[in-house]
Parts: sequence; structure tokens; C-alpha cells
Amino acid sequence: MRTTPLDLIGNTPLLRLTRLTTGLAPGVEVYGKAEWYNLGGSVKDRPALWMVRDGERRGALRPGMRIADATSGNTGIAYATLGAALGYGVTLALPANASPERIRTLRALGAELILTEASEGMDLAITTIRELVAGQPERFFYPDQYSNPANPQAHYETTAPEIWAQTNGRITHFVAALGTSGTFMGTSRRLRELNPQLQALAVQPDSPYHALEGVKHMASTRLVPDIYNPAAPDAVIEVRSEEAFAMARRLARREGLLVGISAAANVAAALRVARELERGVVVTILCDSANRYLSERFWEDSDLIEGAGI
Amino acid sequence: MAITITIPTALRQYAGNNATVAFEAETVGALLQRLVEHYPNLGKHIFDGGKLRSFVNVYVGDEDIRYLQGEATPLKDGETVSIIPAIAGGR
Repeated sequence: MRTTPLDLIGNTPLLRLTRLTTGLAPGVEVYGKAEWYNLGGSVKDRPALWMVRDGERRGALRPGMRIADATSGNTGIAYATLGAALGYGVTLALPANASPERIRTLRALGAELILTEASEGMDLAITTIRELVAGQPERFFYPDQYSNPANPQAHYETTAPEIWAQTNGRITHFVAALGTSGTFMGTSRRLRELNPQLQALAVQPDSPYHALEGVKHMASTRLVPDIYNPAAPDAVIEVRSEEAFAMARRLARREGLLVGISAAANVAAALRVARELERGVVVTILCDSANRYLSERFWEDSDLIEGAGI
Repeated sequence: MAITITIPTALRQYAGNNATVAFEAETVGALLQRLVEHYPNLGKHIFDGGKLRSFVNVYVGDEDIRYLQGEATPLKDGETVSIIPAIAGGR
């Protein structure tokens, strides 16, 4: 059987957390979907592939056009990866303070970058790319991950059925952070069809000023994604950035899992949910690996290092 | 002497929707204290137990105060202090 690079998108492992869950009731299991196994290294490969394929089917993306979008990193890396694999150029707007690892990765994959003023955040990157595309619509395909139904659809068609199969239909709680909201919206919609009792819980930062890369504070943003329905979550769980940092270190030092900051926020929220349960199967998303955040200062905190307790 | 401080989009709602404000201060720490005294709702977003939260990025001109003298960094007339988003946000 021949495997192409694009075949490496989806069908990621579902990992059971075993060491961080020792205080939980015996009937409670916590799992994380290891999304760094995707070709481009994050959960974003799924929506990017679905949006590109949908664009091709609709004729909105044709040979010779460039893929253009606003993204602080993972979706951009996914576009750059897919663009290279499928023969499309890629133009991305992102705030100038995106992590150096991400900027280098995007350039290594051949993407053209427009770095926007850092203090204006993601919202300026979005308006910048919209103006660029509006001026030359025949040159650019703008997937617009915040508004494109193919984004949640990717999770409806892949992430949710994978989780359902991998838990043998036993999942009771799904926990995911809101960025574009595509992961949360698409996955929870399908899982609720399969199990109407499913609890779908959204993770949010405690403040609009936060360090959870890829996560959007819905209550304060000027640009709420069109694909987001605020009525969809059964509850919203707030995670402080400091809590996510500490969880990233715990996952690394207690589970051997080097995951990114939003993944750590998801696990922090999932464990909070799990602690309230007598029985249940809690599943969250490990959006990407820590490789893209190793320059962050919070790793330098030496807590939890085995043998360091002297 | 008045020092201008740039507020990131995420925090402007707690600072009277201003992109910049100016206060008299001799150090970065004193300037940030003036800021949160003037806009009390801003405090918990950047301070925790009286200390700057670890991920809050403050620059004097183009320099991160972590590589200067932190909150003790002295300020000169006409300098601009900026609070920069902790990350780029969005995916």
C-alpha cells in the first residue's frame, strides 16, 4: 500500500492519561487526542485540508492561485504544508510577536508572511488579509477559517467519529478550547448526535489578555467567529495562563507528554471536570506538541523534576 | 514628566477604551501602578499578588523590561512603554 503525505492527516492516537489522574474516582478515565501526529504537527491539518478540498470542489481554489488567511501559527503551518504538497503558494498574515519557531517553520515551508503590528493582536491580521484578498480576489483563495463551515465539518467527519470509535462509544464529556471554535463546534455536534447525553465543555482563558496561544476570548473579541454558536457549550471552563503553564510542565514531567500550551489548558480543564465525576470518560484535544513553544520561559520553572526535591 | 503607555487591544476595554494613556512616573513599576490605580479593573489582568503576571510583556521602546531592570527600569522623558500581547491569539 502506498501512503502519501496527506494520508498522515487524521486517525491520531487517543492517549489515556494515567499518572495525572491518580486522585480520580476509579470509574473515571481521561484521554487526550494526540493531534501532533498529523502531518503538519497539529489539529489544524484537519480543517485546513477540508477547507482546501472544499475550495477545489467549489472552484474557488484553482491551479495557480495562492491560499491566503490570517493565522498565528498552526493553521498557517497546515496551509503551508498542504500548499507545498498540492502545489499552491501560501500567503499568511500574523501578528509580529508570533513565536519564532512558528515563523521559521512557515518560512521553511515556503509561505509568504505579512507580519502585522503586535499590539493590535489577531484582529488586525484578520482585517489585513481580508483587504489583500478583496483587492485581488482572482489571485487568492481565502479559506477564512473563522467563517468557513468546512472547518467544523472536518471535525464532524473525522475527529468525532475517531473519538467515538476509540472510546467504543463510551465518551461522556468532551472538553476543548475555543479558537476559531471549529474543533469544539464540529466535534461536539457529531458526538451529540451519537450520544444526546454527551456533555460538551468549552475552555476559555480567564482574561482577554492571556498566554493560551490559539485560544480566543469570545466574550471580548471584536470578531466572534461566524461558525461559533455561544449556545453550543454546556458550560465554559476558565483556565488561567499560569495554570496551563503548570499543567504543561506536569504533563512533560509526570506523563512524558511534551504538549503545547492550549493542549495543557485543555487537560487542566478536563481534569477539573473529571474530579467532579463518579464515573465517566472525559476526552480532550492535545492540539500540538511543545516543540513550537520551547523558547517560552515557563519551562524554566524547575518544579516537578524527579529527584529535585532536596 | 509624562510617559506614554501603549495598551494592547485586549486590555483597552479596562482602560477607558484608550490605545495610549500618559502618566508621570520615574520607573516602569511606578508607571504600571499609576495605570492600575487609574483603571482599577485592569489590575487583575496584569498583576497577581502585587507582581506582574509572568506572561505580561512590557517594553520600553523596543526593549523587553526582562532584559532591562524589570519593574525598576528607570524612565526618561519622552520614552514610550508598551504592553504587548502575551501571544498572537487565534489559530
